[in-house]
Amino acid sequence: MVIFVAKRLAFMVLTMVAVSILLFLILEISPGSVATKVLGPYATDEQKNIWLERHGYFEPLWYRYFAWAGNFLSGEFGLSHRFKVPVADILWPRLWNTAILGFWTFAFLIPVSLVLGVLAGMREGSKLDRTISIISVLTTSIPEFASAVFLSAIFVFGLNWLPGTSGMIKGFEFQQLILPALVLFLYDFGYVARMTRASMAEVMTTPYIRTAVLKGLPYRLVILKHALRNALIAPFTVIMLQLNWLLSGVIVVEFFFAYKGFGALLLEASLNQDIFVIEACAMVAVFVAVATQTLADIGYTYLNPRIQFV
Amino acid sequence: MSDIANNAHGASLLRAIGLLRESWIGMIGAGLISFWVLVALFAPLLAPHDPLAILQPFAKPGALHVGTGSTLWLGTDNLGRDILSRIIWGSRTVLIYAPLATFCAYAVGIFMGLAAGYHRGWWDMVLSRIGDIILSFPVLVLYIIVIATFGASGLNIVIAITFASAPGIMRLVRGLTLDLRNRDYVAASHTRGESAFFIMLVEILPNARGPLIVDACVRLGYVIITIGVLGFLGLGLPPPDPDWGGMVNEGRSMAMIFPHMTIIPCVAISSLVLGFNLLADGLREVSLRD
Repeated sequence: MVIFVAKRLAFMVLTMVAVSILLFLILEISPGSVATKVLGPYATDEQKNIWLERHGYFEPLWYRYFAWAGNFLSGEFGLSHRFKVPVADILWPRLWNTAILGFWTFAFLIPVSLVLGVLAGMREGSKLDRTISIISVLTTSIPEFASAVFLSAIFVFGLNWLPGTSGMIKGFEFQQLILPALVLFLYDFGYVARMTRASMAEVMTTPYIRTAVLKGLPYRLVILKHALRNALIAPFTVIMLQLNWLLSGVIVVEFFFAYKGFGALLLEASLNQDIFVIEACAMVAVFVAVATQTLADIGYTYLNPRIQFV
Repeated sequence: MSDIANNAHGASLLRAIGLLRESWIGMIGAGLISFWVLVALFAPLLAPHDPLAILQPFAKPGALHVGTGSTLWLGTDNLGRDILSRIIWGSRTVLIYAPLATFCAYAVGIFMGLAAGYHRGWWDMVLSRIGDIILSFPVLVLYIIVIATFGASGLNIVIAITFASAPGIMRLVRGLTLDLRNRDYVAASHTRGESAFFIMLVEILPNARGPLIVDACVRLGYVIITIGVLGFLGLGLPPPDPDWGGMVNEGRSMAMIFPHMTIIPCVAISSLVLGFNLLADGLREVSLRD
């Protein structure tokens, strides 16, 4: 087990290194364009050259990469030229806001989709199963921005129940969090529910469940004691990997509801060519994604003893 | 010999389409898709106005055109362009770029998957690791970086989608190939002295088509969502050409007073994606039956 965990962690570090090289190549391969982005389109060549000289852009590519990666590891993300502050000063609060949004999304997503998925998978082909399947196809077919539009039309403009933007201008208000979390919930719910359903349905056809039923065990006990334990292993991985999707989803939702989170920051930085913010956001996003993937892998082998440690 | 094989393939495909009639979910999906395909094909005949012509701004659905007295069934947008015509022409944009991007992703993904699954060893190692690295990006983050760096254009959207989806297709094809490469007919073809290229394309690929077709339907739905999302975020096709995601973005600030500007394109895109997802469900159901 220790060797397995060490291997997964080493692989995670390698992935991060590879991703950082890829990002560096996409964004910093030509120093000229970096200078244009930082100094603006009206900077003269002379100004650009002075800036490039001062920031070490005339060094060879590999040297620049190591300097860049070293700065990253020590938390030096550079200066945002749009917000005129160090990148770290805006990145961490924004990330915290997104974490709050993500927490509430998952707080609803996990219980609801697991319960519905298990109920649907328990009796495959039943009316409840068909209904849940159709609802989940429907919700996964509606893109986040569309369900945001529909929900706003109903709850904001129609019924006047909820605020339409989530800027949190007068401090934190839970009401403003409901719609963004609901949109994320709706889009991700179908997938998790379907995966849970498939896993549950598969377990229900196994011989040991048949044995349990045939020996006269109450149905409740068959489900709770025998089926659920194995049926919930696969959804665990699915939910962990859902975090990767959530990082995409928050970009749309935060933009739509003007929520001051990480996704909105990345989008704003991209639209304004704020290169150091883009780099920092992308690295953080990939780190979160890779870390949860590693955790999911380790957790899966831990939960499922049939898997060999390799 | 090959004639018989072709006939068998043709027959099974026809049979699958015939069976689809038994799945009402699949039929609804096929119906939604055919609706939009027909709309896209006959766009010049169906659209009552030029999608770029400026008629009168902020008309509500069902309002009358001041000049000609004709009905503006779905209203107009903030610049006064007819929304119905823009939706109809916008279906062309989606139905050209989404299949094109999916096709490119499949072309790349299938070759990578076949090579990794058939040759195994080093090929597999290198291709799978590259795939893992690309898949570790949250997809939208990757799209935003690529498109913000290289600019928003149809070609760049296709390239970005190919780049981000090919690894997923590769994984699927690789898995199928690993299973199929041990079949007797592959061994027979090997003994005949066929090249690896021939075996991969003629012996393995056609036999892996079932799961690939279902996956393609689901993936087309995702690609349509992606193109819509990019348009919505302002990273899609440059204006003024009609694009459903872009229409939502343009109408967003006026959603409170003129909700039709955003709701209508959202309904359009959701129904098309729903069509592909239902068709995929139907195909899956039918293929599991026999």
